[in-house]
Amino acid sequence: MSLLKLENVSRRFGALQALKPLSLSVAPGELRAIIGPNGAGKTTLFNLISGFFPPSSGTISFAGEPITAVTPSALVRRGIIRTFQITQVFLSLTVRENFRVAAEAALGLQLRPWISRATRAQVEAKVEELAEMSRLGPKLDRTVGEMSHGDQRVVEVGIALSRRPRLLLLDEPTAGMGDEETSHMTDFIRRLNKDQGITILFVEHDMAIVFGIADRITVLDNGALLAEGSAAEISANPRVQEAYLGAAENAA
Amino acid sequence: MRRPLAAACIWIALLAVPFWLPLMGGYTDLATRALIYAIAASGLNLLLGYTGGLSFGHAAYFGLGAYGAGLCLIHVAPSLPLAILAGTVLGGIAGILIGPLVMRRKGIYFSMITIAFGQMFYFIAVRWNGLTGGEDGLTGFSRVPVQIGGHAVMLGPERFYYLVLAVFALVMAVIWQILRSPLGHGFVAVRENPTRLRFLGVAVERQIWVAFAISAFIAALAGALNALLTGFASPDNLGWQLSGSFVVICVLGGMRSVWGPFLGAAIFIVAQDYLSSITQNWMSFIGLIFILAVLFFPQGLLGFSRLKASR
Ligand SMILES: Nc1ncnc2c1ncn2[C@@H]1O[C@H](COP(=O)(O)OP(=O)(O)OP(=O)(O)O)[C@@H](O)[C@H]1O
Ligand SMILES: [Mg+2]
Repeated sequence: MSLLKLENVSRRFGALQALKPLSLSVAPGELRAIIGPNGAGKTTLFNLISGFFPPSSGTISFAGEPITAVTPSALVRRGIIRTFQITQVFLSLTVRENFRVAAEAALGLQLRPWISRATRAQVEAKVEELAEMSRLGPKLDRTVGEMSHGDQRVVEVGIALSRRPRLLLLDEPTAGMGDEETSHMTDFIRRLNKDQGITILFVEHDMAIVFGIADRITVLDNGALLAEGSAAEISANPRVQEAYLGAAENAA
Repeated sequence: MRRPLAAACIWIALLAVPFWLPLMGGYTDLATRALIYAIAASGLNLLLGYTGGLSFGHAAYFGLGAYGAGLCLIHVAPSLPLAILAGTVLGGIAGILIGPLVMRRKGIYFSMITIAFGQMFYFIAVRWNGLTGGEDGLTGFSRVPVQIGGHAVMLGPERFYYLVLAVFALVMAVIWQILRSPLGHGFVAVRENPTRLRFLGVAVERQIWVAFAISAFIAALAGALNALLTGFASPDNLGWQLSGSFVVICVLGGMRSVWGPFLGAAIFIVAQDYLSSITQNWMSFIGLIFILAVLFFPQGLLGFSRLKASR
């Protein structure tokens, strides 16, 4: 059975058909890459799945239940958590404070003006857990806005883990990172998928990463589904080479 | 740590106000007024500085508190605690009811709609002559004696100052507690990045609503005390000029610090008292002070000192 299923889902913005009707299904435990040239509709796809805006047509279901018109916060409570192409964190807070807000949200404490010692300990334990998973322990008391771009993106993924996602959507997690940061992030993603069993969809432009870690690859082009398959199938697909890989080589 | 020491000095100075203020040419009611404005601005700052909602209509809740207290004394019972409670609850409930109507607006629209509701209450107060005394304001009440252990104790300026100081301490304690709780962390998260918070599963609007309601309650409490200080509730207590003053006070003192609104209120009230005794145009001088403060201390006066201390 698939964890996530899209059937004939499309999205238009006025006259622009950002995503043509497409169907997609993701199996539990999968590490799926979404690739495609700029403007292909990758982020739009994430916005639809995460409830940022509703589809113009089609249905989306998650774990067998329809989620087409569900609000973002309700989707988060069901386990669909995302990061953004432009990093979204709490910039003037420290890493610890970022993790704490996430932990408190995950524990449903957001409206509590006081909490017991035991609950506080639970929150702090969660913060430590996130610090460990993201390996940001030594930087817990740094202000996020003063950290490197790469570290900020790691913080965002850390935040996203506060609720133990069932489906994690990462929009260009390595964008703008140096080599070392990129390999750290790649490791992180692989660990989350293989060790924690989290189903992950990630948008990525770096083909070395895509072919290196993804179980399956979905290729979008110009708002349409161009191809889907294993790394071997995708790299051998002439339409993909023409529309996407060729274009990237020309650009490079 | 130098912070607790500084706070202790402030509290001691506040406790001793009736002794040292007259020596400096001040009078106790002036300090009482500064504390009342500090309470109102501290309440507003929960919304403004910590949640990031620029309300230009918080005088509405302050004014409702004032009218609530006065009307309760006139029509219900000659009881000071009841009057304070009535004013606080009246303004607080108005905040609870108006919160859902403003919480979805962003940026300038949020400010505009808060002004609009503020002016609505202003016009109700002006028009509803029979109840509110219209433009002349509500009079005919004063601080009645308080029953303490079977004695009727009259609250003169000094005793009333201590009552207000006690309320101020209580409000500071409540705010301090909120800011270290998940509720307060949520407020700050709204200010920092509402999108991220929403995609962590938090109902951002509800968080804003709660901040709005709490700040309205605190502003109303201050308004009730103000009516008891002056024996008077006026439409000006509800108007946008006063709302603007509360914002100025927060920005002047520093919006990222719990003591900022207090510092801003002290400066504002002292400057107002001094300047209005020498010129009718005191407001333009306050404006000048504000402009200079924003130019040289963009984080507010306390923000600046905190920055320096952390270097
Ligand atoms: N909210 C929106 N309003 C209007 N048009 C939009 C909106 N979001 C996306 N689009 C348009 O839809 C198309 C697909 O955009 P999308 O952001 O999904 O592309 P992408 O594949 O993520 O590209 P990139 O690799 O540059 O991030 C683009 O033409 C974009 O301009
Ligand atoms: Mg994109």
